[in-house]
Amino acid sequence: MSTKPKLALYWAASCGGCEIAVLAIDDKILEVAKAFDIVLWPVAIDAKVRDIENLPDQSIDVCLFNGAVRNSEQEYMAQLLRRKSKFLVAFGSCAHEGGIPGLANLYGRDEIFQYVYINCPSVDNPDGVLPRPETQVAEGTLHIPVFYDTVKTLDQTVEVDYYVPGCPPEADNIWAILQAVVAGLGGAPLPPPGTVLGKETTVCDECIRTRTEKKIKAFQRTWEIIPNETECLLEQGLVCCGIATRAGCGALCPKVNSPCIGCHGANADVEDLGARMMSALSSVIDSNNPEEIDRIIGEGIPDPVGSFYRFSLPASLLRRKHLVSDGNGRKT
Amino acid sequence: MMQRISIDPITRLEGHGKIDIFLNEEGNVANAYFQIPELRGFEKFCVGRPAEDMPNLTDRICGVCPEAHHMASAKALDALWHVEPPPTGKKLRELMYSIFYATDHTTHFYALGAPDFIVGPDAPVAERNILGVIAKVGMEVAGKVLKMRRDGHNLIQMMAARRVQPNWALPGGVSRGINEEQRTEIEARGREAIEFALFSLQAFRDIVLANKAYVDLILGDIYLHRTYSMGTVDANNKVNFYDGMIRVVDPEGKEFVKYHPRDYLSNIAEHVEPWTYLKFPYLKKVGWKGFVDGMQSGVYKCTPLSRLNAADGMATPKAQEAYEEFYKTLGGKPVHHTLATHWARLVELLYATERWVELATDPEITSPNFRTLPTATPDEGIGCVEAPRGTLTHHYKTDGRGILTEVNLIVGTTNNYAPISMSVKKAAEKLIQKGKVNQGTLNMVEMAFRAYDPCFGCATHSLPGQMPLEVSIRDDQGRLLEVLRQNVLG
Repeated sequence: MSTKPKLALYWAASCGGCEIAVLAIDDKILEVAKAFDIVLWPVAIDAKVRDIENLPDQSIDVCLFNGAVRNSEQEYMAQLLRRKSKFLVAFGSCAHEGGIPGLANLYGRDEIFQYVYINCPSVDNPDGVLPRPETQVAEGTLHIPVFYDTVKTLDQTVEVDYYVPGCPPEADNIWAILQAVVAGLGGAPLPPPGTVLGKETTVCDECIRTRTEKKIKAFQRTWEIIPNETECLLEQGLVCCGIATRAGCGALCPKVNSPCIGCHGANADVEDLGARMMSALSSVIDSNNPEEIDRIIGEGIPDPVGSFYRFSLPASLLRRKHLVSDGNGRKT
Repeated sequence: MMQRISIDPITRLEGHGKIDIFLNEEGNVANAYFQIPELRGFEKFCVGRPAEDMPNLTDRICGVCPEAHHMASAKALDALWHVEPPPTGKKLRELMYSIFYATDHTTHFYALGAPDFIVGPDAPVAERNILGVIAKVGMEVAGKVLKMRRDGHNLIQMMAARRVQPNWALPGGVSRGINEEQRTEIEARGREAIEFALFSLQAFRDIVLANKAYVDLILGDIYLHRTYSMGTVDANNKVNFYDGMIRVVDPEGKEFVKYHPRDYLSNIAEHVEPWTYLKFPYLKKVGWKGFVDGMQSGVYKCTPLSRLNAADGMATPKAQEAYEEFYKTLGGKPVHHTLATHWARLVELLYATERWVELATDPEITSPNFRTLPTATPDEGIGCVEAPRGTLTHHYKTDGRGILTEVNLIVGTTNNYAPISMSVKKAAEKLIQKGKVNQGTLNMVEMAFRAYDPCFGCATHSLPGQMPLEVSIRDDQGRLLEVLRQNVLG
């Protein structure tokens, strides 16, 4: 029987990028395999949910759970892994704050199904067939998970101990966290529950571009200008989320002349990324007139929800678009 | 007694693709269903977003091949804004895409495909994984594989911001070009990559082609499907990953259609079944005839093998030699043996590395003229690239401000959903008779879909081919008779 700490990695509504990020720690992945007894990692090893179900509660030392929760199967797995794990970590943007799949909260299930399976221009579906949890075929019954209206973060589903930011998390941070876990299990002090395991500075603090307190009269969309490579992108009129976004990436996107899109989520002292972004944007606008400021923001940022909550709508104060009843007891 | 076999990656509740095989009273296969249990709904929730966000939104469809979505999206944006990137902009995109291709094909071949061939389909389960591959080929080779992956990721980060999920392409080009120092680094790593690709092809010859049992398996009937083949070709009908016309050849290898990506709706339609969240694309002009192959069925494949079938050759010299050897060895075009896809992938790996160096040594590649700003009003745009796992189509409509009003995506692996389903069923039919199932059967069934490098990240999120299997055999009352398991990796 292995005495090594038990590690589980799991994916829910996600893209596989978090798995690739773990693999992208390169040669160190062999050290991870040495340090831990990996009991579940669908991408790399063969362990069954039944094996996990049969483990005593709290027998997994740490579970890195990536992906949001948007169907019945993912919800079950979140509950199961919570029960079996001493430390459950929301790993990556989707588990942490909902991620890009969380933008689906701007719509409901019926709207999504209606488009994807019926109105989409390449679909040929004259009978209006929709996927359903249970289907009778000639030979028997087939099952698929129930698709929910709302995408949830992991901590809206079960209690979470720690969070790892990033879409996906950066290799250096992954490696540092795994080392800290090993130390913690050996008796070293661990951070208090609820901690986001990342830096507490902003992407701006890591960015080498120069800021000059310059004011602007209009925001530009990325397709409209070619910014210079030395000055602050926000001061060049681009909506760069670096000012409110947690550091940890090394400001990689500004290095290639692209604005930060906020994939590490709000920084530690920021309660709501959108609110902080609005105040940050207001501060670079060359006007004291509230109406003019509103106009400049409205014209330059046509989709504030998608721009500021690109990675965090389910975790935000907005959470989702209001669902209205269709009169048949269903919310749409 | 009626039996039902559920092949589940983990269990029914895990959900990364699930196979249900129904046996008739004689214990032979009555039908098989390959189900995809998840949907995220990108086509709907991207509506309302600014179109220029799409390369960054859609690369989160799949973290395995985000570069493919990033590129297809950028090309759709070019069309949407009616802007032509300058030659350097296009070449930079194709350069980064070639580096990505080489990295991705390396991962698939060594981590996923190789265990079946280099270790062997009949090897003990515990050895039939990447560690077994390393044990067989040695740490020196493992080091080469890790280096290839590391170099690829580092160059992608240098050019396009991030190793996973780039933030770089824009309508009309890219956000930043490369300087001479970076170009030198890219070229040096590319020359090593060509050597790595040649080494990989030699390893395939020495280990697989030299072994009659493997060759018989490739050329046998279990994995044979005569379908249409799709792939992107350049002006000379040579394989291209970044740009060109979509060419489809019929099961005999004759050109059936060659269409511009903008005409995809005249050529591709999608079928819906209630027992899965993934749609089934098919050739519209042939029609959906169900899960059958042949000239009368609109089912087509879109894989490394089908791309070679759909083209007249490769555009780089060493890859062309490998292409000719491929068809000479396998008895001419087209090849329909699904397992030959692994070899075709290595031919493509060699092409990707040669193209990488061609572009890295192009005199225009360091030009500062890498982007054209759009001036026209956006309305509608369609863009295609050849993703490693199939032709990828992005189709956007916007209002005059470039805010999305409609999005349609036909993604790589989805193209192959029907043929994968058919391959699974056929392998099951051939291998499960009179109710007899064993461990060897499981791996052989799995090999049927592993060759496609299926990446249901594009629809759900299973990484390519890495599907651990568990088979539960139940009687018609649902009572568990037997559980068979096997490891895939680790």
